Amino acid sequence: MNRPASLSIALTGSGGAGVMTAGQTLLDAATSSGLYGLMTRSTGPQIRGGEAAAMIRLSSHPVQSHGDRFDILLALDFDNVERFAEELPLDSESLIVADPAAGEMPAFLKASGAAIGLVPMAQLAKSIAGSRISMVALGILARIIGLPESAVIAAVAESIGRKKPEALAASEKAVMAGSAAAPEVNVPKLALPHTPRAGRWSITGNEAAAFGALKGGVKFVAGYPITPATEILEWMAAALPQCGGVLVQAEDELASINMIIGASFGGAPSLTATAGPGLSLMTEAIGLAVASEIPLVIVDVMRSGPSTGIATKSEQSDLNIAVYGLHGDAPHVVTAPLSVADCLLTAQWSVHLAETLQTPVIMLSDQSLGQARVVIDRPGDLAFATQRLAPEAASVGYARYATTESGISAMSVPGFPGGQYTADGLTHNARGTPTSQAKDHVAQLDKRQRKLDSFDFGAHWAEIDGEGELAVLTWGSSTEPLREAIAEARAGGTDVKLIALRLIAPAQPGRLTAALAGVKRVIVLEQSHSGQFWRYLRAHYDLPKDAIPIHCPGPLPIRPGEILTYIQQGVPA
Amino acid sequence: MNMIPATAPAFKPADYKSSVKPVWCPGCGDHSVLLSFQRALAELALPPEQVAIVSGIGCSSRIPAYTNCYGFHGVHGRSLALASGLKVARPDLTVLVASGDGDGFSIGGNHLLHACRRNIDLTYIVMDNRIYGMTKGQPSPTTEPDWDTAISPGGTGLSPFHPLVIALASGANFIARGFAGNIGGCAKLIAEAVRTPGFSFVQILSPCVTFRPDQQRGWKDLVHPAAVPETDDPARAARRLMTDDGFNIGVLYRGKREPYQPAPKAYLAPSHLEAEFAL
Repeated sequence: MNRPASLSIALTGSGGAGVMTAGQTLLDAATSSGLYGLMTRSTGPQIRGGEAAAMIRLSSHPVQSHGDRFDILLALDFDNVERFAEELPLDSESLIVADPAAGEMPAFLKASGAAIGLVPMAQLAKSIAGSRISMVALGILARIIGLPESAVIAAVAESIGRKKPEALAASEKAVMAGSAAAPEVNVPKLALPHTPRAGRWSITGNEAAAFGALKGGVKFVAGYPITPATEILEWMAAALPQCGGVLVQAEDELASINMIIGASFGGAPSLTATAGPGLSLMTEAIGLAVASEIPLVIVDVMRSGPSTGIATKSEQSDLNIAVYGLHGDAPHVVTAPLSVADCLLTAQWSVHLAETLQTPVIMLSDQSLGQARVVIDRPGDLAFATQRLAPEAASVGYARYATTESGISAMSVPGFPGGQYTADGLTHNARGTPTSQAKDHVAQLDKRQRKLDSFDFGAHWAEIDGEGELAVLTWGSSTEPLREAIAEARAGGTDVKLIALRLIAPAQPGRLTAALAGVKRVIVLEQSHSGQFWRYLRAHYDLPKDAIPIHCPGPLPIRPGEILTYIQQGVPA
Repeated sequence: MNMIPATAPAFKPADYKSSVKPVWCPGCGDHSVLLSFQRALAELALPPEQVAIVSGIGCSSRIPAYTNCYGFHGVHGRSLALASGLKVARPDLTVLVASGDGDGFSIGGNHLLHACRRNIDLTYIVMDNRIYGMTKGQPSPTTEPDWDTAISPGGTGLSPFHPLVIALASGANFIARGFAGNIGGCAKLIAEAVRTPGFSFVQILSPCVTFRPDQQRGWKDLVHPAAVPETDDPARAARRLMTDDGFNIGVLYRGKREPYQPAPKAYLAPSHLEAEFAL
C-alpha cells in the first residue's frame, strides 16, 4: 500500500507519568524541524494514576487525522496498556519500545508481531538525578525517527522553562542517554524538510472553535465545565475580556443557556460550549431562543453517549438531539466542523448565521476534533458581513416579529427608545403580544421557517471534492480520514467524489442534488451506532438507489484503510 | 446618588403601562404588584427603554408584557439566569426579575442560591401566593403542610420553604417583604431594592383569590410592619428571619457587599490573539 509519507507514534504510560507532556514536546521538536503534525490524547476517566496515550502523527505535509496503524509504540510501563489495544493498531512492521523492568509484555503487544526493542528506561532515568523517564523516552524516539536531539532539548527547554537550569540540565542528560540507548532498528526515517515553520499554527480544535467564535464577534460566554468542551470555556475566559467581552461560569447548563439568551437579548453575540449531557439540559431553552428569535451559538463537543457514556472519547451521535431535540416545530441551524482546523471557520460562520438569522445555531464538534492538536498552515482570514437587523429609528407600533418576506425582522435591543417589546416563549403576534389564535401561531411558525428556507447559505454548506460515479457522503470529524482514503483510491486509479456537509440543518436538497449529478453510487459514512446521519439524509434528501450506509459507533476512530476497503471492494451485506 | 438631572422628564406610573390586558383573575394580588412596579419606576424616573423586566412561567411571570419596558418572558424557573446574563452584558440597564413561589423556589431554586451568591445588581421580586395558580392549585414550596389539594390529598406534610432565610444565607445583599394590598408600600420597597447595589430580593405576599381565597381575607389583617429597624448585620438578620412570623413587612436586611460585575479588560481585535497559535 502506497502510504502517505507520515510516521505514527504512540506514547503510553500510567496517568501522571508525563506521557502527554512528552508527546507535546515531541510534536514541538518535530514541527521545529519543519514537519507538520497531529496529536490526540486518549485517557481513562481518572485524573491521575489511570492510563494515558499520546498519539502523534508526523508528516512533511499537513495531517489532520490518524492513519491506519502505528509505526512505533513506546510504553513507559505496561500498567493498563491493554486498555489501548483497540486504539493502537500495530503490525509486523511496527516497533514496540519497552522497559525490560516493566514486567511481562501484554499478550496483545506480543501478538501484533511487531519488532521489540527493550531499553532500561526507568534505570537510565534513575541514574540521572532530577530526570524523568519520559525524557529518556524522548531521546529514544528522536534517535529512532531521525530528529536531532538538539530539537528535542530545545522543545524541552521551551516546555519547562529556561529559568530552571538544573531541571533542564537533567532533562538534557536524560534525552542524550535515551538517544544513546535507542535500539538499532529499521524504522523508515522521515525526511526533515527544515522549512521555516513561521507562518504555521499549533492549535487544538477547541481553541480553534473559541478563536473562530471570537473572530465572529462573540462578546458573551456562559458555560458549565464538561469534558471534552471545557477548554473552549477556559480559552475564552482569558481571551474574551481582552476583546471587549466577558465570561461567566454558570451554576449548571440550564443557567448557561439562559444567561446567553439574556446577554444576546441585550445585544451581545453570545455562545456556550457543552457536551451531550449539557445539550440535553439546554434543549428547552434553545426552543425558547427559537420562539423568541434570539441569536445564539451552542457548541456541542460530542463524546460517546448516551448518558455519561465515555466522557473522554469521541462519537458523532448527538446529531439526532441537535436536529430533533427541541419540542414543537422549532427550525434552527446545525453546523459541523470538518476538521480540527475547520473548527475555526465553522465557529465563525456559526456566529454569522446566528446573528443574521436571529436563531440558535448548534455546532457539532467532537472530542476527536476538540482535543486534538494540529500543526497547520495559517488559515486564511474570513470576513462575513454579519449584522443583526435593527430598527432604524423609533417608531410608533414597532413590531419585533413582523412577518417579513425574508422572515427576518428588525430586532431592537434594550436602551433603544421606542423599540420596547417583550420577548416571549408564548405564541405571540407580530408585536410580541401573547396570543392563542391559530392565525398568529401559523404566521409566526411560517415566518421562522421562512428565515431558514429563503436564506442563501452559500458555498460553506459543504466541501465537495473530485468527480466520479461513486461519492462518499459524510459529515464532521469523519471527513479527514475519508479524504485520506479518497486520495489513496485516486492514486490507485479509482475516481471518488467527496461530499462533506458542514451545514446539517436546514437540509439543502437542491444543492445536494446538484452535487450528486453524475453520481451513480453513494456510500454514507458516519460514527454512530444507529446511522443517525444516514436516516437524516434519507428523510430529507433524494439519494441514488444504490446508496449504502457505513455507521460504526465510537470511540474508535474510523480509519482511512477501512474506508478505502469499502470504496474498492464495496460494503459487505 | 439617584440625582435626577434638572432636564430629565418626569415620569408618571402610567408611562410604564402597556396596552396588553392582564390574564389575572379579578382581585388577584398581582394586579396590585403591577401598579407597584409602575409607581416604583416612576419614582426612580427611569426611562422605560432603560429597564428590562425578566420572568419565568406562572401567573406572576406574566408581568413583563403588561409594562412598557423591555421584557423577557422565558422558560419556567430560569429567569434569574437569563437576567444575570443580560445584566452582565448590559450593566447600563436596570434589570428587574419577576417570579412566583413555584417558579422561583421550586423549579428555579438552584438559581436563587447562585444569584444571591453572585450578587449581580438585580432586583428579584417574588409574588408569593403559596400555590401554583396557573396549573390550578397545587402546593408550592411555601404552601402549608396541611393544605389539601388533588395532587397532595390531606396536604404535603412538608415544612414550608423559608425563602428569605435561604437568600440571606446565600448572600443576597438586600432582603425585604411586602404585601400586595399595600401598593404604595410595595412601590417603595421595589424602588429601594433597585437603588441598593447588588442582588435585592423582595418577597411580596400576593393573594390568590381563586385557589387560596382564605388568603385575601386573612393576610390583610396579619401583615404588620417590622418591629425593629433594618439591619446590616447578617447574624442579627438571620435570627430575626428565622423567628419571624412570615408577615413582617419592610426592609429586613441591607448588606454592604460589592456587586459582581465582570468587565472587559481591553478592546483588542481578535486577530491580536493570533500570536499565541503562531509557531
